[in-house]
Amino acid sequence: MNAVDAKSITQRFGKITAVDDVSFTVSEGELFGFIGPDGAGKTTLFRIAATLIIPTGGRMTLFGLNVVSDFRELRNHIGYMPGRFSLYTDLTVEENLQFYATIFGTTIKENYHLIEPVYKQIEPFRKRRAGHLSGGMKQKLALSCALIHKPRILILDEPTTGVDAVSRTEFWEMLEGLKREGITIIVSTPYMDEALRCDRIALMQQGRLMGIDTPAAIRSSYGKKIYAVSHRDRYRLLLALRAMTDVDSPEPFGEAVHINIREGATVDDVKKSLERAGLEGAEVTEITPGIEDVFLELMKKGS
Amino acid sequence: MKRLMAFVRKEFLHIFRDFRTLIILFGIPAAQILIFGYAVRTDLKDAGIAVLDNARDGVSKELIQKIEASEFFYVKRYLASYEEIDAAFRQGEIKAAIIFPGQIAASVAREGSATIGIIADGSEPNTASLVTGYITGIVNDYSSSLASAVTSSLPLIVPEVRMYFNPGLKSHFMFIPGVITLILILICALMTSVTIVREKEYGTMEVLLVSPLKPWQIIIGKVTPYFFLSLVNVIVILLMTWFVFGLPVRGSIPLLIAGCMLYILLGLSFGILVSASTSKTENAVFISLLTLMLPTILLSGFIFPIENMPKVYDYVSMALPPRWFVGIIRAIMIKGAGFGYIWKETAILAGMTLLIMVISARRFKTRLGEEGR
Repeated sequence: MNAVDAKSITQRFGKITAVDDVSFTVSEGELFGFIGPDGAGKTTLFRIAATLIIPTGGRMTLFGLNVVSDFRELRNHIGYMPGRFSLYTDLTVEENLQFYATIFGTTIKENYHLIEPVYKQIEPFRKRRAGHLSGGMKQKLALSCALIHKPRILILDEPTTGVDAVSRTEFWEMLEGLKREGITIIVSTPYMDEALRCDRIALMQQGRLMGIDTPAAIRSSYGKKIYAVSHRDRYRLLLALRAMTDVDSPEPFGEAVHINIREGATVDDVKKSLERAGLEGAEVTEITPGIEDVFLELMKKGS
Repeated sequence: MKRLMAFVRKEFLHIFRDFRTLIILFGIPAAQILIFGYAVRTDLKDAGIAVLDNARDGVSKELIQKIEASEFFYVKRYLASYEEIDAAFRQGEIKAAIIFPGQIAASVAREGSATIGIIADGSEPNTASLVTGYITGIVNDYSSSLASAVTSSLPLIVPEVRMYFNPGLKSHFMFIPGVITLILILICALMTSVTIVREKEYGTMEVLLVSPLKPWQIIIGKVTPYFFLSLVNVIVILLMTWFVFGLPVRGSIPLLIAGCMLYILLGLSFGILVSASTSKTENAVFISLLTLMLPTILLSGFIFPIENMPKVYDYVSMALPPRWFVGIIRAIMIKGAGFGYIWKETAILAGMTLLIMVISARRFKTRLGEEGR
């Protein structure tokens, strides 16, 4: 049985179609990621999965239970973390956890082993009010609260947005730990580097799914060679590359600019053109395509 | 049950950790009682008057003495001429002026009657009619005693007026039940609607909904702390009215508390109803204040007697719970009435409570509404 089975899920709000005919399956124990820009429909899709919205069309089941008709039973098995921090800021860390444990009919003690790797990092601050925690610590508390009843599935809506880089890495290590416990996790993220840690990822844009596969397969699906060009004057470099006829779709990525080279042209041609433009010493190296590259390519095709 | 208790505990923590909530819960009611009790009063006490005594004889002196001896008036100024009256009124020092014509004693002795003039400040109609009423009363009293002394026969018909239940016609008898009515519904409806809407705003409602908690558990959990705190409020208000204003509860206190409980329940249910229809705190506050405060003040009969209004308002006010509660609380507190006298009001109030509860429980959603977009 699949942990999640979604068939042709569609959600309209008035004239806006937030989710458009989305189908996917998630196996039990899988770490499944959704990536896509803001407004892609990830939050709406997650709310449907969390039994919070009834979809306009389509059908979704979690562990064979329908998210619309069996929502009462399902709510015992879902751990949900909304995109916004949504714990009680005027309660302490411990009081928040205690509250969620009790309303799910369990105790902190009973499932302590499950939350321990996450919770022990914030336990020293258990008497502190949740509103006074740092962003990373808030996320750990929210995850602890979502986990305290030992859910079969975790639904995490952009859990690392607005969290510092170190905490983000820690957070994903925890998710991998939970996966080993057999908990199915679906997670959305705007960060492409995080997507690499998922078993499979779904690329989403404007309410539509543009592809589902393992990160490796998605990267290798990029049919063309891709080069990273770097120079200390990145702005002029970008302008120069955009003006070149030999170069296709230059996109700035961190310190470098990623480009494709049109058929018939070579790396040397590009280098020469750059020198002519006054950008001596620019480096052009072939790289393996990242998820972003695929994503941008798909977005271009899609629009 | 454990889940419910955890919820109630959480609510108490919210309340006791939020200074503003505590102020609204306990500070405002106390302040309102004091304001309404002391500042807003319609009975007369120590009103300044001016006297223009052209007679300066036995009758005028005795009358002035009698007027001053009452606790209602004191003579602020003795005027020398008619022209000074206007100035005295304009300076706002006096509520009324009394004018005695020359030789009033002689006129009484010779003709058996005399006329005195009373001018009241008509810019405050309520006070003016009170003042003239009180002065007329004192004058009538005096003239009947004079008549019996002079003619040594019984005067014509003399009415002996007594104000039942409230012999001193004190206005806090009227205001305190009204203020309790107003405060209870405001606090109950406002606090519950705000506390539920706040969970929506903070996004915590989303997590609560995904939990196995049932809607009724969320509702009961939200309402229970406010129910008890409102009861504490009632007791504080009653103690205040007793110690500060010397207004005792004449009827049965358990009956009064039971009546208040019913009314509190109604307020709380209304709050849930309000919270179901909005997801913004400001809206919740606005709806609660607008739909409750004005109708309660204007149409519950707490300040303005419903009997004096056009029939339409009478019917409108019948649909408003405060009208019935004012009836109940006045009957118990001031008339000392038992349940037999208020069963009708109680039944109507109970019916309304049940109706609002059912509607609000039905409208409370188990999923995200439009705000889910």
